[in-house]
Amino acid sequence: MPEEILKERLESVGIEMDPKKRSGSFLLLDQDVKSVAKFMEGLEIMPIKRALEKYDWLEDYFWKAVKVKDEFTKEVEEDFNGYFIRALPNAKVEIPVEACLYLSRVKKQKVHNIVIAEEGSEINIISGCTSHPKAMGMHIGVSEFYVKKNAKLSFTMIHSWSEDIEVRPRSGVIVEENGTYISNYVLLTPAKLVQMYPTAYLKKNATAVFSSIVVAFKNATIDMGNKAVLMEKGSSAEIISRTISKGGRVIARGHIVAEAPEVKGHLECRGLILEEGEILAVPELEAKCPNVDLSHEAAIGKIAEDEIFYLMSRGMTQDEATATIIRGFMEIDIKGIPPALKREIDKAIELAERELL
Amino acid sequence: MDVLRLVNLGVEVSGRKILENVNLYIQKGQTFVLFGPNGSGKSSLLMSIIGNPKYKIYDGRIIFKGEDITYAPTDERVKMGMGIAFQNPPKIGGVKLIDVLKHCAKLGGTEDKIEEFAKLLGMEDFLHRDLNVGFSGGEVKRSELLQLMLLNPDFVMLDEPDSGVDLENIAIIGEAINKLLERDKPAEERKKAGIIITHTGHILNYVDADYGVILYKGKIVCMGNPFDLLKDISEFGYEGCVKRCLRRF
Repeated sequence: MPEEILKERLESVGIEMDPKKRSGSFLLLDQDVKSVAKFMEGLEIMPIKRALEKYDWLEDYFWKAVKVKDEFTKEVEEDFNGYFIRALPNAKVEIPVEACLYLSRVKKQKVHNIVIAEEGSEINIISGCTSHPKAMGMHIGVSEFYVKKNAKLSFTMIHSWSEDIEVRPRSGVIVEENGTYISNYVLLTPAKLVQMYPTAYLKKNATAVFSSIVVAFKNATIDMGNKAVLMEKGSSAEIISRTISKGGRVIARGHIVAEAPEVKGHLECRGLILEEGEILAVPELEAKCPNVDLSHEAAIGKIAEDEIFYLMSRGMTQDEATATIIRGFMEIDIKGIPPALKREIDKAIELAERELL
Repeated sequence: MDVLRLVNLGVEVSGRKILENVNLYIQKGQTFVLFGPNGSGKSSLLMSIIGNPKYKIYDGRIIFKGEDITYAPTDERVKMGMGIAFQNPPKIGGVKLIDVLKHCAKLGGTEDKIEEFAKLLGMEDFLHRDLNVGFSGGEVKRSELLQLMLLNPDFVMLDEPDSGVDLENIAIIGEAINKLLERDKPAEERKKAGIIITHTGHILNYVDADYGVILYKGKIVCMGNPFDLLKDISEFGYEGCVKRCLRRF
């Protein structure tokens, strides 16, 4: 495979392979680990198989945050590769760690990743998943995240697939007392199917924030959402999504379950249909005890003519005005991630802008 | 030379005629005030001049700087030197005021003035806010004027810049309008022209306009000194004022 194509595809999902900009790097090409590098103390990054050899306790982390075993996860159980990333206790890994899963030739890429933020640590990860321009196949990725007491983990995932790829990530997160988990998901390129439902389980005073920006192009089905289970007192969750249909079908899910008192949850899903397409928003709130605070807002609309005209009255062409409005729609105020990662998200949005007009 | 000529202009919205046979010539340096009761077609006239696609021109011509722009898209008119401040602009989530200001400044050649003008209009704290989202009535007016000042148009249209604005703000707004229309310069040096819609006439306490026009039921019926017209309107009401004008014509 020509190196330039690989590099270009990697850059489109925020993978820089630059020691100055990253604290660690991992690249999985199909089912093989192509490179692993670590540029910082307090961080561990290695292929999952090597980690299993090194730490016998790691077995206990398997299938604990991801509990659902379906036909896809079963396949991963039989054969997998993937990464192990760990921030050691009290380590502050502010410079992002990057991990890339690249699908090129195999029919099925089967991945199992484990990420652990130990007590009091902080770590930012950018995960870029992409495929070779003409590749066909399926990506099944099991990812389990463990955020320990007082730790903070931010996970920014940028997907850039092609028309013939099916993607079925299976992610689970367990956030211990006072822990924070921040997830950002960006999918602004064509795909055949993306189906996922990352779920977070939150202990005492733990927080999870999920933000997603998703576009479904023609012939694509994007069935995605997040679930947060507020298991203990004082926990909170926020699930925010912006979905755009440019001819494809989107199912935007969200589910917050309150299992303990004094918890707080908010769901916000907004959809925009640019061309004939479909958006189904399914916000669910579920309370199993009194004294909880759960809310949601959902809206689906189109670009208003008067907004386009208004911006044209400031001298923008119709295309510029439309792009500005779409851009504004995708703008989510993401807190708690380093500027470098915000820039990667902005870059992905910029790349997509032309495709959306 | 006339900056703007409206010749026999007729406009309809969803098949309903709202302006008929409007003729208006405006020269460099002139500021017009447009009076009229609610629903008389004042805003529709500005919308037609700037080219809002909802307003269909069924008759007549719009000539701007000697060019026929009757069917030109809005952005082309703006690039030729028109500008408008809306009465009720839309709120656009996620689009930051600063980004629109930068766009205006680029077209207006005022890139070094963003800070200065924002300060003049007391909008420094709004630059990174979403466009018009959560702005008060007065803040909307100041934001509109700020965008216009940066766009730096030769022909300025202001749709009720004084409505819903408190006394403290109206002086600031008056100052900005005077700058926009070069009313702070001697008459012979003024190059800018414009139309101001006012319902209450408050803005005339701050802006020394040249001409007043009354639009009544979609037609221009009176023209004269704006201060005299305002006095007549307050004394006789629009209907009475229009009757007196028609007798005079």
